[in-house]
Amino acid sequence: MSSARIFFIGGLLSFRALFNFLQPAIFIPSMLVAPIFQILLFVYIGRSASLQDDEFYVIGNAIQYAAVPCLFAMTFTIAGERFQRTLGFLLVTPAPRLPLFLGRALPVMVNGLVVSAFALVVGGAIVGIDVPLSAYGPIALATAACVYGCTGLGLVTAGVGLLLREQAVLTNIIFGLLLIFTGANVPVEELPSWMQAVSNGLPFTHGIEAARRLADGDTLGDVAGLLGTELLIGTIYAIVGYSFIRFAERLSRRHATLERA
Amino acid sequence: MRRTLRLLAIGWMLHLKMMSRSAFDGFLGVLWPLFFATVAFFMFQAGAGGETLVYASFGAAVMGIWSATSTTAGSAMQRERWHGTLELLVASPTHFALVLLPVTVAMSTIGLYSLVATLVWGRVAFGIDVPLEHPLSFALALVVTVLSIGSLGFLLAVSFVRYRTAWALGNMLEYPVWLIGGFLVPLTLLPFWVRPFSWILAPTWGVDAIRQAALGGSPLPEIGLCLALGAAYVAAGALVLDRALRAARRDASLALA
Repeated sequence: MSSARIFFIGGLLSFRALFNFLQPAIFIPSMLVAPIFQILLFVYIGRSASLQDDEFYVIGNAIQYAAVPCLFAMTFTIAGERFQRTLGFLLVTPAPRLPLFLGRALPVMVNGLVVSAFALVVGGAIVGIDVPLSAYGPIALATAACVYGCTGLGLVTAGVGLLLREQAVLTNIIFGLLLIFTGANVPVEELPSWMQAVSNGLPFTHGIEAARRLADGDTLGDVAGLLGTELLIGTIYAIVGYSFIRFAERLSRRHATLERA
Repeated sequence: MRRTLRLLAIGWMLHLKMMSRSAFDGFLGVLWPLFFATVAFFMFQAGAGGETLVYASFGAAVMGIWSATSTTAGSAMQRERWHGTLELLVASPTHFALVLLPVTVAMSTIGLYSLVATLVWGRVAFGIDVPLEHPLSFALALVVTVLSIGSLGFLLAVSFVRYRTAWALGNMLEYPVWLIGGFLVPLTLLPFWVRPFSWILAPTWGVDAIRQAALGGSPLPEIGLCLALGAAYVAAGALVLDRALRAARRDASLALA
């Protein structure tokens, strides 16, 4: 019962307290307006390059933009404790670590899903793509899988962020790499083979492909393999990230320098 | 006049040095536009290819100048507030516009690192051979583009002075200017009603001037328009700043926002 309370209530409270993007003055321009313009930018680049249709870029960028809430929120919600001078108190508590850290991931995922869904619906309406209404539900599931995967990656950046001073630089770099490698704007098969290998190990790659196929008429059964891969990748990143956070915690106890990075 | 020029030059140099050493403003300022340039290069390479890659490479190179300015100009005054130096700067005998303008021009100068990095990256990774038919005009177009984008950053900085989260507004303007400035997409592809917005943006003429100079055309009209718009931004920014500071002095609210 205590773990459930820490997971759900503690996670939500920490998310609201540490992720300052939630205030409307930041949320609206950063989470609602910016993804629309990213979609429009790549739609028009795509038209200029005559590479793919508009739907390709709307779906790719709407889902890829979830990296902003997933990476930034996850990093700030854990590594941000250091800047708030509450990290020491957090690490000293006897609270079980799994719900303590993973509970913050749930509101991050919900936030990411909302941002992606908004970008997809509004961006799609502005550009004028034709996605059957029946496909939106399955596409939402594919987006949720992507958000899960990216939140797992966010746990890794959160763990690394505990040891770095410039967390914003790290998360921006990861965002840029996801933009290039995940097939959001360039079909993965057009990338060099070494980049395709990297793409297959990143969140978003399989989920974006699944969402595109769902928009083109495939069923959930047809893309189950892709979604399963996306969830597996997210789980692996989550395990690695959680392990790294625990490692950083052990370092902090041994050297007492965690808050001085 | 000499004192004013000296003030502008020293302010620019000092802020340029400070920003160059910042991982966020310096290192990320170079790297961030490279991600988008890389995606654009892949898209053009896989799609239309050929001359579109050369067209895109100049726009991609200038993207960094706007990125470096838009993301930080919005919060330029907020930073002074955080450092506790805003009141001192405003109270000094020098007009505050002369203090703030070199800051934003230094931000856009940081973008030159990104410009060079993007052109080199395009050459090394994608084999994009960028011509340089008129080197002197090209250099002049670059300087004017940097100055005019810095001036636009100055206007942003004074316009957002009342907003605590001005950096988010500056961030929000990054993609729109990339799009409607014709950096990667010819303006003819955009809806006709967008074009007047493009025409009042100095970056539109700056990137066009750079392309013209590199490809053998005459960039002088574009350079003139870029300079004129830059001067207009500075004049408008000074007026906005005067109003904002008068209100702040009247209400004793300079430190608050």
